[in-house]
Amino acid sequence: MNPVLQSGEFPAAGKDQVGGKAWCLAQISELGISIPKTWCVPCAVYENYITQTRLRDRIFLEINRKPFEQMRWEEIWDIALRIRNQFLTTPLPLDIRKNLSDLIEAYCGEKPLAVRSSAPGEDGSAASFAGLHESFINISGVEDILKHIKLVWASLYSDAALLYRKELGLDIQTSRMAVVIQELIPSDRSGIFFGVNPSDAGESVLEAVYGLNQALVDGDIAPDRWHLSRSSGRIIRHESPVRDRCAVVVPGGVSFTELTADLVQTPPLNDREVRRIWETGKQLETLFGRPQDVELTFLHDRLIILQSRPITSTGFTDTDEKRTWYLTLHRSYENLQALHEKITRDLIPEMIAEADRLGSKPLDDLSAEDLCREIEERQKIYDHWVSVYWADFIPFAHGIRLFGQVYNDAVTPEDPYEFMALLEKTGLKSMERNQLLENLADMIRSDAGLKTQLENDLAPGPDHPFSHLLDTFIAQFGDLSCTTGSGSECQYGAPAVIRLLMEFARRPAAAGSGIPHQRDTAALKEQYMAGFPAHRREFAEDLLHLGRESYRLRDDDNIHLGRIEARLFEAVQEGRRRLGDPATEEKDREMLARFPALSAAPSAPKQPDAPAADETAARRWFRSRQIVGQPAGPGIATGTARLVKTPQDLLSFKQGEILVCQGVDPNMTFVIPLASAVVEERGGMLIHGAIIAREYGLPCITGAPRAMQLIQDGTRITVDGYLGIITSHTKGL
Amino acid sequence: MENNRKQTLEQISALFASQDLAVLSTQKNNQPYSSLVAFAASSDLAHLYFLTPTTTRKYEHLTANPPVSILVNDSRNQADDIYRAVSVTGTGVAAVVDKAKDKGALELFLKKHPHLKEFASAPTTAFIRIAIHRYYMVSRFQNVVELEITP
Repeated sequence: MNPVLQSGEFPAAGKDQVGGKAWCLAQISELGISIPKTWCVPCAVYENYITQTRLRDRIFLEINRKPFEQMRWEEIWDIALRIRNQFLTTPLPLDIRKNLSDLIEAYCGEKPLAVRSSAPGEDGSAASFAGLHESFINISGVEDILKHIKLVWASLYSDAALLYRKELGLDIQTSRMAVVIQELIPSDRSGIFFGVNPSDAGESVLEAVYGLNQALVDGDIAPDRWHLSRSSGRIIRHESPVRDRCAVVVPGGVSFTELTADLVQTPPLNDREVRRIWETGKQLETLFGRPQDVELTFLHDRLIILQSRPITSTGFTDTDEKRTWYLTLHRSYENLQALHEKITRDLIPEMIAEADRLGSKPLDDLSAEDLCREIEERQKIYDHWVSVYWADFIPFAHGIRLFGQVYNDAVTPEDPYEFMALLEKTGLKSMERNQLLENLADMIRSDAGLKTQLENDLAPGPDHPFSHLLDTFIAQFGDLSCTTGSGSECQYGAPAVIRLLMEFARRPAAAGSGIPHQRDTAALKEQYMAGFPAHRREFAEDLLHLGRESYRLRDDDNIHLGRIEARLFEAVQEGRRRLGDPATEEKDREMLARFPALSAAPSAPKQPDAPAADETAARRWFRSRQIVGQPAGPGIATGTARLVKTPQDLLSFKQGEILVCQGVDPNMTFVIPLASAVVEERGGMLIHGAIIAREYGLPCITGAPRAMQLIQDGTRITVDGYLGIITSHTKGL
Repeated sequence: MENNRKQTLEQISALFASQDLAVLSTQKNNQPYSSLVAFAASSDLAHLYFLTPTTTRKYEHLTANPPVSILVNDSRNQADDIYRAVSVTGTGVAAVVDKAKDKGALELFLKKHPHLKEFASAPTTAFIRIAIHRYYMVSRFQNVVELEITP
């Protein structure tokens, strides 16, 4: 079989070889409906490639690192990133490369093209895998096409595909991918036709925009929308959005351009064209036996069908809401840019102002009734910001991932996380906080009198510079014992911070910024920029900025949210104080006691684990010698494991201990300068603990399954941050 | 932890049931040596049994130096073994069992390896029992757990 097939050859090759998309296009074309000039790289080429290069074995290792059901979305994304990079860094064997190049050269020349996935089973009648695999548009020249063929193959293991692996039947031994290469239509208008409206079976829906339909698919431009009678094609209603932009082909990619005043006023399709699309949609429904989701475009007045597949709303009738939500985290550059503006211009200043405003409200003057009202008000404010956090801040963190992918595509580095070095050292709020802690510790180190005073639980006078700085610290960052969303309480105050500072002061003074880990990133940046043609460098620079902002804010937003939460707890604490105060009047006490936020007792202090009931069982031990997680910060360290289950545990954290926890909350990261390594059960390379550990150059392992259960508090462990292995030291063999 | 122990013991049991052969490691005069043996395990996993002619190097070694280790694994010589395969090492002390006296143990062994009946009955075949001290189980490439069987 030829490594590149022309559309006339698809039927003979079979659907198993050309995949669903190519197969459907060939059938559409036979019906006399226009499709772009289409070629296909059949599955056999993919199979040859992964077999000859032994990439198959490497992918297998990646996806079997850990049982899928134990993985978080972040870890799945990491796997997809690493596999994608393996495809990028594994060259095509010479014979495959030559055969492909010769035919691509002959068929496509230098024409701009779209390179799309066409997996067997994809777009079939049983399931439609819309959006799980990748497509690229405006690709030209043999080298670029070959690279994008590999990227389409890699998307067989995209994070979305891995999430849906059960439905996809994604088995590395049998999964295959064909690639469709299509002539790119420099269309003036594009759209998507849904043969049946998922929320109204009597309707068909047509969405259309000016320019390419890339922007419509990504949701970057609001389309005109027509609701049609499914049976007659009659227009039931037409919804017009504010039309302002369209996506157009520019050298090396796609860009947005403003619409002319005339087009702003005119829907992209007239009634006659809408009718024509409905008729074509009906033809396709008859051809494939089911209502179709049709991607279409117009070149001048010619209607061209780009692809057609059976209708499904999100690819599947998905009952797993969380999974659907993960997929919404994939944001386009455009979308992230808008989000960035919203976050930096509006949301963060609002959060800071809110925390300041609440902080300046004196609580002790309030009557019992007003205090209850104040708690209610603060709870509402806090809840509001938690919802903003999920709606805007978390999706914005995807900027790190988008940058990582673009960096890897441009640079093809051996280390798929090399891009992280370009994002670090961006002035994290938590680093600023830790620097203040260092300054306070320095005061203790250099002032023996102060040290003795603090050791004896004597507070220095209010005018002492230490007291000033401590007040500033608490005002700015709270007293460290609140954690986002955990419902824990700020009940420790200054004494707890002082205890922690004494621990900081026991370490030798940190040099310079207190951050030992510095890396020259100028060369990396140069290499990144060199991966783009001159006209794309501005985009590359902007994306780097976006990635850095995403990285920085990923941490900062939690600190700001923590400050608002601290104000809520402050009010709750005041209520509790009054409840316990004998001077409180009886009617006030009754009112406070009835108030729901105050009637719940504060959580009981942690009980030590019960001793093993069965003495024999204790003697005949079980222990974990090695646990494997994901290496998330290079380096190796040995020390005492300190299991942190509650924020309270952090306050007794000792210098040189290894922080072992379920997940490092951003408001917990203040102990990281004391730690010699970090182990987290929660997985992912880009989670807070990993980010801060890397900033401090500490060995870090994330996604260590059941670490909290398998590692015993106080035992000696070694953290190998290169391999992701945690070793418990045992006596004897 | 007790649950983990139970679960691990079940995994080891299942592995032992699925495999006929084990790699036995012995040593004498600073000279280590490994050999393949057909093995069976007692239901509590405290003992492993195998047969050996008394003329073998392993027999010579283990009678001179009873501490031995034994490895059982389910690899299939495929690339995916690295993650899929489970390997268990047992360490303990080997002793020669009197075949005439400990009939129960020999029956247990022959139930798993009936084709070795003739081999077992030869006067020059020794029946060996390893009293296990500890097991070390490795899964998914580098996950290692240890458990004590006898103190």
